[in-house]
Amino acid sequence: MLKSTLLKAVAATALSFSTWASAHAVDLQFYFPVAVGGKAADTIQELTADYVAANPEVNIDAVYAGSYQDTVAKAITASRGGNPPQLSVILSVDMYTLIDEDLIIPFDDYLTSDEDKAWVEGFYPAFMENSQTGGKTYGIPFQRSTPVLYWNKEAFKEAGLDPDVAPANWDEMVEFGKMLTKKDADGKVSQWGVRIPSSGFPYWLFQGLTTQNDVILANSEGNKTNFDDPKVVEALQFLVDLSQKHEVMAPGIIEWGATPKAFFEGQTAMMWTSTGNLTNVRNNAPFEFGVAMLPANKRRGAPTGGGNFYLFKGASEEQTQAAVDFVQWITAPEQAAKWSIATGYVAPRPATWDTETMKAYTADFAPALVARDQLEFAVAELSTYQNQRVTGVFNDALAAAITGQKTPEEALKEAQAQADAVLEEYR
Amino acid sequence: MTRASDLFDRGLNTAAAWVLALLWILPLAYAIWTAIHPAAYEARFVLTAPLTLENFAKAWEAAPFARYFLNTFILVTFILACQFFLCTLAAYAFARFEFPGRGFLFALVLLQLLVMPDILIVENYKTMRLLDLVDTIPAIALPYVASGFGIFLLRQTFMTIPRELDEAARIEGASFLGVLWRVYIPLAKPTYLAYGLVSVSHHWNNFLWPLIVTNSVETRPVTVGLSIFSAIDSGVEWSVINAATLMTSGPLLIAFLLFQRQFVQSFMRAGIK
Amino acid sequence: MRSLKIKRDWVHGWLLLLPAMVFLFAFTHIPAIMTFINSFYSTPRGRRSAKFIGLDNYERMMSDPVFWKVLWNNLWFAIGTIPVSIALAIVMALWVNERLAGRGFVRMAYFTPTVLPLIAVANIWLFFYTPGFGLFDQITGSLFGWSASNYLGDPATALNAIIIVTVWKEAGFFMIFYLAALQAIPVSLKEAAQIEGAGRWTIFWRITFPLLMPTTLFVCINAVINSFRLVDHIFILTDGGPDNASALLLFYIFEVAFRFWETAYGATLTVALLALLSLLAIGQFFLFDRKVHYK
Repeated sequence: MLKSTLLKAVAATALSFSTWASAHAVDLQFYFPVAVGGKAADTIQELTADYVAANPEVNIDAVYAGSYQDTVAKAITASRGGNPPQLSVILSVDMYTLIDEDLIIPFDDYLTSDEDKAWVEGFYPAFMENSQTGGKTYGIPFQRSTPVLYWNKEAFKEAGLDPDVAPANWDEMVEFGKMLTKKDADGKVSQWGVRIPSSGFPYWLFQGLTTQNDVILANSEGNKTNFDDPKVVEALQFLVDLSQKHEVMAPGIIEWGATPKAFFEGQTAMMWTSTGNLTNVRNNAPFEFGVAMLPANKRRGAPTGGGNFYLFKGASEEQTQAAVDFVQWITAPEQAAKWSIATGYVAPRPATWDTETMKAYTADFAPALVARDQLEFAVAELSTYQNQRVTGVFNDALAAAITGQKTPEEALKEAQAQADAVLEEYR
Repeated sequence: MTRASDLFDRGLNTAAAWVLALLWILPLAYAIWTAIHPAAYEARFVLTAPLTLENFAKAWEAAPFARYFLNTFILVTFILACQFFLCTLAAYAFARFEFPGRGFLFALVLLQLLVMPDILIVENYKTMRLLDLVDTIPAIALPYVASGFGIFLLRQTFMTIPRELDEAARIEGASFLGVLWRVYIPLAKPTYLAYGLVSVSHHWNNFLWPLIVTNSVETRPVTVGLSIFSAIDSGVEWSVINAATLMTSGPLLIAFLLFQRQFVQSFMRAGIK
Repeated sequence: MRSLKIKRDWVHGWLLLLPAMVFLFAFTHIPAIMTFINSFYSTPRGRRSAKFIGLDNYERMMSDPVFWKVLWNNLWFAIGTIPVSIALAIVMALWVNERLAGRGFVRMAYFTPTVLPLIAVANIWLFFYTPGFGLFDQITGSLFGWSASNYLGDPATALNAIIIVTVWKEAGFFMIFYLAALQAIPVSLKEAAQIEGAGRWTIFWRITFPLLMPTTLFVCINAVINSFRLVDHIFILTDGGPDNASALLLFYIFEVAFRFWETAYGATLTVALLALLSLLAIGQFFLFDRKVHYK
């Protein structure tokens, strides 16, 4: 007790000193994660430096906090310790967790002019879906991605398919897959038709299938899931059938991390994976490849993924205002274009794609446009209160069905019951 | 027993030992293979594959391994120094002093062999937050500095030292700490060496607790750095990861190769057997 | 005079112990007790503080299918790793202790697991196990024409695949202890037995093995503890999947406490782990007590 009082007193003194010091310059601390290799961190540091150079009254300390997991852990810990950052990039799906922990504030109070409101409207709606809840905007999209289909043009040619046409729907994917799967007399497969990785976080790519089957996995309040909806069951059945019935995909859990390598090695002719892989595939595929939207079923569809900007509680009015201003600047077309080209993340505002830099880039590398065009059909990534636990339950159910331990229906029913038990207190 | 069958027996043993050795060294061999060849040869083992050092350069650029390496070095040194200090004093007390509660306290020490800090991650994390030490190198080290294993081991060694030596030193006017310094510690050198090697290799390789308690480049040890480095969206790049692994375990590997004989001998003399 | 010496001994003893005890209490004993206490409270979250909920966490644990699954996994993991790694360690030590062609290389090979961090090695094993182009599939494919496997992606084999990596790691480490013990056994003992016409097998079971008993006890305790502690490689190889088929108790505790942020339930699971470890320790001491006189 004494200790905590003492700590508070020290913190208060420190705070008053820092507010006194910041009478001249606003100091901001900003955490960001990186999930796509080393260059991304440098790009953020450069952009931040540019901003500070143009706005000498603001001082930004951009902290590379590691993976997404690290960043959210660090932000939660620092906040509990009374030293929160003013701004952080964290997974969009962590919004409810951050609200539940009472750590973030909505942007709305700082975006009051008509111009500001129009600015919020200027993001792709697919990205805003899991940035807003209860009529308030808690997240501003920044490093966002979406899964796409990559295909090996040489393998298509060899199988007698048009190398420039990707499967447009589920039936075509199965049909192409059958032509692409190479089996010898003993039934040994040297090349699979398609690969949808299912290790670690299978829910994300599976959400592609559910969206295409025209069903949404969780409501926008984040307190109710639809895991046992017949359409979800159907989508899972399709995923299971890809290996069991149609035999166009390897059986069992398929490793996410080894997927690009399997594609390069010719183990699979098509793969579903994040746009975050574009640069990797471009540099390493020893054959010509194509990138397409995920195939459609009842409709086209894909989830979005990645991180948003969040404003943290405990900052001064000035600091938050400066943070909002910085967010508006870094998501503006010129900066976003730079960021998108360096990382492969999808630029979150349509205006970015009209800049000269972006036009030059896409003229040279057309696949980058696929992700943008898919956004029209994209939905929010599965996100609820107690997100890790609920998606954990869902992941286990998917794994159980994929490995044949449970039927899709059984697995999803159980998952729904467990999710209900967790989310009940949030309704 | 005939000579022929003896020879046959020996040959069989040698062959089996070699097979097992080849199996055991396979991961290291693979790490070296991928690290010195371009990524395209990660899964193709052809002898004509071109050699390259590019993977090392890439790994070095992609993550601050120099910093991680320094962190691990500081961490391991700090832990070892504290362990030597704390365990020596405690072991001396248990080995040579009579005081009430000795048996009970020794039982509490032994309890730590069972209830290791690795298991108490949840509570220890709270403690670190209370002490405002989260994301610092001492936070990684503190739960391990009073090692039950170390105390036990040194006590065993100290108890084998003849009391006469102790008394002789006292007659010469040494204080109880002087005796420890001049008699016990020098005679327990092999134990220190053996324990030191176990401790260093354990903490050099420790992962779970540092993963939890650190979250910035300035504090992260090599193991956590490696795991973050390999867990990126764009899939596993074995050539670069293995280059990083070799770079970071290189010093320990070389030290082991050079000192393996002394290592085993110190184990023998330390009575870890 | 004598009583003064005793008093001084008391003070010296306590003073010498004090620093180590402070740390032991702060990071082992008090946390263990706090874990026990916290297991009766709910997890505090931003807007709600912790409240006393009695045995609710324990009831939840009892009805948590994942808990039972990881518990069984862990027992299977212990059964799979402990005897095999100890037996292999003894065999390796015996080989390396003899005059063997290329002994230097063989010994170095057995040492490698001790030096390479498990977390880094896990990436290498991930490649070995990868279906299709992974090392094991390349070997079994070209030698026997087997079709692609999926050791890590199949619930029937995922845990066994993890066990193999663990045995690799542990046998190499334990070998060092056995090697030291073997070198301490006087050669004369063995020679005397040979003169009396004892075979290698008899020598091993009658002389060497009994003399290695203290080492075996030590290694055994370590192996038991490690079977509840070594989870590093799971993060890389399977992340506990598929459907928790390869998750162990400590891994589940990490997941609950640091991914789901349910620290109270994490504490409850930790209590279960501690109870299990104490049970095993008691059993082990009874088992070995009659056979070994350990100083």
